[in-house]
Amino acid sequence: MLRYTLKRLLSLSVSLLVASIVIFVTIEVVPGDPAFYMLGFNAQPDTIAALREELGLNVSAFQRYVNWVSGMLTGDFGTSYTYRTPVADMIGDRMWISLPLALYALLLSTLIAFPAGILAASKRGSVADTLVMGTTQLGVAIPNFWFAMLMVLVFAINLRWFSAGGFPGWDGGFWLAVKALTLPAISLALPQASILARVMRSALLDTLGEDFVRSARAKGLTRRQALWRHALRNAMIPVLTIIGLQFSFLLAGAIIIENVFFLPGLGRLVFQSISQRDLIVVESVVMLLVFAVVIVNFSVDLAYALVDPRLRRRS
Amino acid sequence: MTAFDTSSNEASVLRQVLRSRSLIIGLVLSAVFIGAALVSYVWTPFDAEALNIPTKLKTPDAVHWFGTDHFGRDIFSMIMVGARTSIAVALIAVGIGILLGVPLGLASAARSGGWLDEVIMRGNDLVFAFPALLIAIMITAVFGPSAVNAIIAIGIFNIPVFARLSRGSALSLWTRDYVLSARVAGKGALRISIEHILPNIMNLLIVQGTIQFSLGILAEAGLSYVGLGAQPPIPSWGRMLADSQTLITLAPHMALFPGFAILLTVLGLNLMGDGLRDLLDPRLRNARR
Amino acid sequence: MIYGKTGFAVAAALAFAITGGVAQAAKTDIVVGLQLEPPHLDPTGAAAGAIDQVVYSNVFEGLTRFASDGSIVPGLAKSWEISDDGLTYIFQLNEGVTFHDGSAMDAEDVKFSLDRARAEDSTNAQKPLFADIASVEVMDPMSVKVTLSKQNGSFLFNMAWGDAVIVAPESIADIKTKPVGTGPFVLSNWVQGDRIELARNPDYWGEAVSLEKATFKFIPDPTAAFAAVMAEDVNAFMAFPAPENLPQFDADPRFKVLVGSTEGETILAINNKMPPFDNVKVREAIAHAIDRQAIIDGAMFGYGTPIGTHFAPHNPAYLDLTANSAYDPEKSKALLAEAGFADGITTTLKLPPPSYARRGGEIIASQLKAVGITVEISNLEWAQWLEQVFRGKDFGLSIVSHTEPMDIGIYGREDYYFQYGKPEFQALMADLDASTDPAERTSILQAAQTMISEDYVNAYLFQLANTGVANMKIEGLWANAPTQAIDLTGVSWTD
Repeated sequence: MLRYTLKRLLSLSVSLLVASIVIFVTIEVVPGDPAFYMLGFNAQPDTIAALREELGLNVSAFQRYVNWVSGMLTGDFGTSYTYRTPVADMIGDRMWISLPLALYALLLSTLIAFPAGILAASKRGSVADTLVMGTTQLGVAIPNFWFAMLMVLVFAINLRWFSAGGFPGWDGGFWLAVKALTLPAISLALPQASILARVMRSALLDTLGEDFVRSARAKGLTRRQALWRHALRNAMIPVLTIIGLQFSFLLAGAIIIENVFFLPGLGRLVFQSISQRDLIVVESVVMLLVFAVVIVNFSVDLAYALVDPRLRRRS
Repeated sequence: MTAFDTSSNEASVLRQVLRSRSLIIGLVLSAVFIGAALVSYVWTPFDAEALNIPTKLKTPDAVHWFGTDHFGRDIFSMIMVGARTSIAVALIAVGIGILLGVPLGLASAARSGGWLDEVIMRGNDLVFAFPALLIAIMITAVFGPSAVNAIIAIGIFNIPVFARLSRGSALSLWTRDYVLSARVAGKGALRISIEHILPNIMNLLIVQGTIQFSLGILAEAGLSYVGLGAQPPIPSWGRMLADSQTLITLAPHMALFPGFAILLTVLGLNLMGDGLRDLLDPRLRNARR
Repeated sequence: MIYGKTGFAVAAALAFAITGGVAQAAKTDIVVGLQLEPPHLDPTGAAAGAIDQVVYSNVFEGLTRFASDGSIVPGLAKSWEISDDGLTYIFQLNEGVTFHDGSAMDAEDVKFSLDRARAEDSTNAQKPLFADIASVEVMDPMSVKVTLSKQNGSFLFNMAWGDAVIVAPESIADIKTKPVGTGPFVLSNWVQGDRIELARNPDYWGEAVSLEKATFKFIPDPTAAFAAVMAEDVNAFMAFPAPENLPQFDADPRFKVLVGSTEGETILAINNKMPPFDNVKVREAIAHAIDRQAIIDGAMFGYGTPIGTHFAPHNPAYLDLTANSAYDPEKSKALLAEAGFADGITTTLKLPPPSYARRGGEIIASQLKAVGITVEISNLEWAQWLEQVFRGKDFGLSIVSHTEPMDIGIYGREDYYFQYGKPEFQALMADLDASTDPAERTSILQAAQTMISEDYVNAYLFQLANTGVANMKIEGLWANAPTQAIDLTGVSWTD
């Protein structure tokens, strides 16, 4: 196990190193000069040069890469070119919206998907099953930004139950903040819940077909009992894997939804930073997101290997 | 893998009908949109790119079946031509995924446990780890927005999907008797992969291809919605939605028709994918997400 | 029981009186929606108009300032004397002005601010505004003498720009996040990506403002902006990004729509050095191919004033030269044939993000197609546009609104992206700089307008309208935008 862990750890470090190079190089070749962008039409060349100097942009690309990576290792993500505040602080601020939003969406998606998936699996072939499967088909197919637009139209503009967007901050009261995140969370949760419900259903049906469940049923358990006592627990592995993947997707994948609801989250920060050529912010946030996903994958692999020793030998 | 899933025998006749019904609905919906795309090459009610400001924002009537947009263009015609854009982008992106992903997956399986396998699989993980939309935005920032760059951005994320799928199924095939005997007969890994493995994973690839195709259409809509897809004047569903946004209370038809076009196309392809899966590979009936 | 009841009634009446009283007092806070968030809050260190929108007149003030009609009025300088040769300006400063940190604003601060802006290592985006300053001297704490190296008829105008505001030397280090100005509002909170909150400055030297608190909320997405106004999440939205929504607001009794002028000449820029556009006939053909009214109706939903030259129609020196480039597709085709392009031209049309450019671009593309000019549209972000079009001059056509006030001088610069720079035009600009006589300046400006109109340097489309929407009960917001400012000093609620 130790050897396996070390091996995976090594490949993880290599992955992260490769990722950092890919990110840095990609962003380096993005045309557009942050200093020029900031100074606009009337800027003179010497003014732009002075600003580049101030921003630390006129050292070699290699040196900047080294500075960036070594900075990150010590938790220093550098200073934003445009905002002139530490990138780490900016990420920290935005995290307070993106993280709760992702968790909220995940919670909603789980609360919808579990009952729906279990119902569909336990009454396989019934009207309820067909209904659940049909609804999830719609949920997967609907473009979530369009769904968000329609929700704003109905609930914010017409009914005025919710505000159209924005975020009052957590200091403004917990429930107020939760309310502000509700429509975005629903928009994000709908397709995720649909996918999860389908995974739940098929995972349950799979385990119901496995030997140990069948032998349990041979011993006199009804299909329903078998489902609740045995299948559910075993179906949790694929379901949790999907939830893990969805979480990292939600953290970064909310860019469009954050735009529709003008939430100052991580996704919008990167989107805006790319257009302003605030490259250091883009680099650091993308790296952080990649890091998060890689770590989640690593932990999942490790957990699998703990459960199933065969995996250790194979990999 | 040879054991048949007996639990599926429990599936009632009714269920089979329902299943095939989803295939039929899927085929019909897909055919409608693919048909619209093809017909648009020879005929549309109006020129989809012709502006006519005086007739802007007309609600649907006998002349303009789906109404007109803010420039007075005929929305029905735009949706027909837009289908072309969506289908082309998604189809080519799937093609990229298959052409690059399948060889990688097969190579990885053929050298299972070796360094090549490790590199390919870690590479796959890494691509998966990147936030897709951000990469698309970055590609666009480098090369400028265009349909081609949308294809590349979507295509890149299709590669690991097909690589993983083909590796996974190839791995199990490599332990089969006929593959072992081919090895004994002195066939190389490349020949075995092409002659024995590839034909046996074809069905899986078709099913996955359909699903990726529908995801591609959704992705293309998302990209062109944020302005990163096909450029005007070529109509695209995502951009039609983006254009409709500020007019949604004034001219809801501008938002509804393209939205439903996306929804129904994706729905059709998904249902078709489900149906095909059952038809081509009954063992996988339960594995559908 | 009886006592209890009465007590309850009295309490209820009291409570009613108190809340009723509060409700009757006019509101003293406002939430103003803006499309773009400023990157930081130093107007002397970046070009972003969003910075001026938040801080101009509200947080920072200069020696002079723009009034809402675009005229120049005293700011921190209460008066000035100009020497007969036009080279020396002596500014008398207002007494009792303090910065937000409590320190007094005096002549030393003025000298510091102007010297900082024109220094070698200055990062001032409008450094040319200060180019003619030869020296700045402190005469006494309340008077400053500025000596120019050559006459500059627009010096007082230059000093009104947001880029010329007076800053405190000790605040420079943190100015980008903690702006310390002399204005009637102080920065109280900035939630980056979301909003900036300003609070009334109790020690303001000038006339006290009626608002106690002002919040600028940043909503980049036009749809979200529309939704925010409709849901009354914001009390006003200035420079509203979607003109198509304005009629709806106008019809709604809750809102009023503000329509005014801006300094934004929106043009179809032509690369004058790139063949075939180096041929004036081709440029003239483009000008006649364009139906301005269709663009104003289609892209701006009717908001905007047609222009025939690069000059703001509300300026007294403006000449209406739209007839030079009247919509005439037949003439356009004839001109193209005459220039040897009867078979048509293919070129690029590179568009920056604002909707006037994106929508206008689609309309212009179809108008040009009608006369045989095929354009390939590419939508660019600002950073790409600056790099490719502005700096790289790699474009055939582009649409952009030039929002700097009085910027006809750019036509004298040969290296400016559309590359005109005709010597005769440069001579006109030199005359203009040397002249301080209003009548003479007007005639020079009119000659300049005529020259660029008749040379068809660019296709002049329309003057961008300043469109905003506000709650019916808000008074005092600027309808015009002589500079990109949301001046809140005169804003109040009516009930």
